Amino acid sequence: MAISELWLHPAVILLVGAVLLPLLRGRARSVALVAIPVLAFLRVLYLDPGTHGCVRFLDWDLVFGRVDKLSQVFGYIMTLMCILGSIYSLHVKNAAEQAVAWCYVAGSLGVIYAGDYLVLFLFWELMAFSSVFLIWQRRRPSSIAAGIRYLLVHVFGGVVLLGGIMLHLKATGSLAFGQLDVAHPDMATWMILIGFILNAAVPPLHAWLPDAYSEATVTGSVFLCAFTTKTAVYALCRAFAGMEVLIVLGVVMAIYGVVYAVLENDSRKLLAYHIISQVGYMVAGVGLGTQMAINGACAHAFAHILYKGLLFMGTGSVLQMTGQSKFTELGGLYKKMPWAFLFTLVGGLSISAFPLFSGFVSKSMIVAAGFEEHRTTAAFLLMLASAGTFLHTGLKVPYFIWFGKNNCSAETWQRAEDPPWNMRLAMALTAGLCIWIGCYTPYLYQLLPYAVEYHPYTAYHVSETLQILLFTAVGFFLFIKPLQPTATISLDVDWFYRMGGRAVQWFVNKPAQAVDTWVGELYRVCGLTWLMASARVSAWFDGRVIDGVVDGFARSVRGAGDRLRHLQTRQIQVNTFSAVVVLVVLLLVYLLTSM
Amino acid sequence: MKLVALIEFLQRHLKWLVRLCWVVLALLVVGDWLWVDKEHAHTQPEHWFGFWSVFGFVACVVIIFVSKWYGHRGIMTREDYYGDK
Repeated sequence: MAISELWLHPAVILLVGAVLLPLLRGRARSVALVAIPVLAFLRVLYLDPGTHGCVRFLDWDLVFGRVDKLSQVFGYIMTLMCILGSIYSLHVKNAAEQAVAWCYVAGSLGVIYAGDYLVLFLFWELMAFSSVFLIWQRRRPSSIAAGIRYLLVHVFGGVVLLGGIMLHLKATGSLAFGQLDVAHPDMATWMILIGFILNAAVPPLHAWLPDAYSEATVTGSVFLCAFTTKTAVYALCRAFAGMEVLIVLGVVMAIYGVVYAVLENDSRKLLAYHIISQVGYMVAGVGLGTQMAINGACAHAFAHILYKGLLFMGTGSVLQMTGQSKFTELGGLYKKMPWAFLFTLVGGLSISAFPLFSGFVSKSMIVAAGFEEHRTTAAFLLMLASAGTFLHTGLKVPYFIWFGKNNCSAETWQRAEDPPWNMRLAMALTAGLCIWIGCYTPYLYQLLPYAVEYHPYTAYHVSETLQILLFTAVGFFLFIKPLQPTATISLDVDWFYRMGGRAVQWFVNKPAQAVDTWVGELYRVCGLTWLMASARVSAWFDGRVIDGVVDGFARSVRGAGDRLRHLQTRQIQVNTFSAVVVLVVLLLVYLLTSM
Repeated sequence: MKLVALIEFLQRHLKWLVRLCWVVLALLVVGDWLWVDKEHAHTQPEHWFGFWSVFGFVACVVIIFVSKWYGHRGIMTREDYYGDK
């Protein structure tokens, strides 16, 4: 291994911080919780464009630091979100939770600055194996189970990705992480794509996301909602720009998430489904592949990380304070948690792309790119999904938690109040950024990989958006009855592996066990009986025949010996006399017969 | 808290608030028809009167009812379905 230069990777700051954090106590830990992510953010800000952190390992040149406009916009927002998430988690006493969250962010940064597939894979797996602890830290049996499913799915995705990387290396002789030949995809390209879109939660590889994120800790889900899917969007932007199948998949995602959000009773699971919907816009943007569409995907990822983080902070604060996240156990909380309501509303308006909020200046770039590329059906379907976004995240979430029918138990109502100061501060900062991005477009547009020629604040675009959103609100209030939450869950494709796992367990416990028992019984009845019978025959044969022969022979030998012994007991003179008599008689007989 | 007071004020005057919303909606549609430059429209239907208003409302209704229809095809089920809640 040869290192060409010393280059401080932003991920290293967080990894070192993660090691040190559990050693600190009290105020020192609080200071570190803010200072370390700020240092990582500053490091990202001052990275020089170019290729850094090159390491010669075996036959490969590994690149840890490819710094360009595309990696910088993602590095910027990831570290910014890390600051906000860390402030939100200042009250958490368990330093392990914050430490694994930083390892998770470090994994994301490692992927973003990776210049080759091997480094990408290394950090890709770091993300999976650290983020699962954000789910397990909640320590509920259902969280443990969800974490195991999350890990198994990601291990599967990782194996497919690694297989694709190896095939790609064999075919091209290169590990460089760059644009792949999306016009003529080979097996390696498809396998790498599957690895990436699994992390982007593209159906049917998406069910891990709502399953796991709704089971994570309050602060864990704030981190989770930002990093895995958007890192995958970055990877797709880097390698799969212009791959047409992604347009279809993106549109399917946008609508799929909206449909499940209608059915969902758990506020955090609803938001998780809306991640799928929103990432759909980004995936579609990558599929369009034009400069405007890639800009749109990056801008939307940037805006999405903030407003989705804010929404998870808002609903997370309700869970933190009341212990509840289901609409059927909440309602009417505006009196108790007004600030949480206000910040969640800002998140809801941002994700819905209301003018002056962040989603308005980012989402519309992708839709506009769709129209410009004459993908009219896709663009209209994305517009339809945006109505669904406002319906659920802008209206359903705030209405059924803070207004509507009060379903709170006496205990829930008693516990409900605005969250601690650090959670409010994190929400206020994030809400401020959502509005700032929506109002001052150059802030975001200057960070994008390509020069931006797009102006969101045209009269037509504002009028179009307001009409869609406000008439969606009319639909919401007219049909509020069918939208009333019910205490149900919705089955998704995780049914196949959850029930498939049970089917295997049932197969092992029932048919396989029955066959095993039957074979045992068959052996006992037939095999053992036959064996015993044959053993008895053998014993008889052995006892009667073999032993008979042997014993008979032995008896004969013993008899002969006995007689010989008896013979030997006489006096030697008698024996000699007897022998001489016999010899004389034999001699006489011979002489008489020969005469 | 002023925020709570504002919400309760609006709740007390809900009837007027709803009327105000209807006026805003009407102004939005009429304003779009009379004053908004449709130069940025990408397709012909976008030039129709109130196109995006109808689109928004119909999209909302379609999403609600298609999702509910789908959910009632056995997708929505009891909370302890998997036995681990």
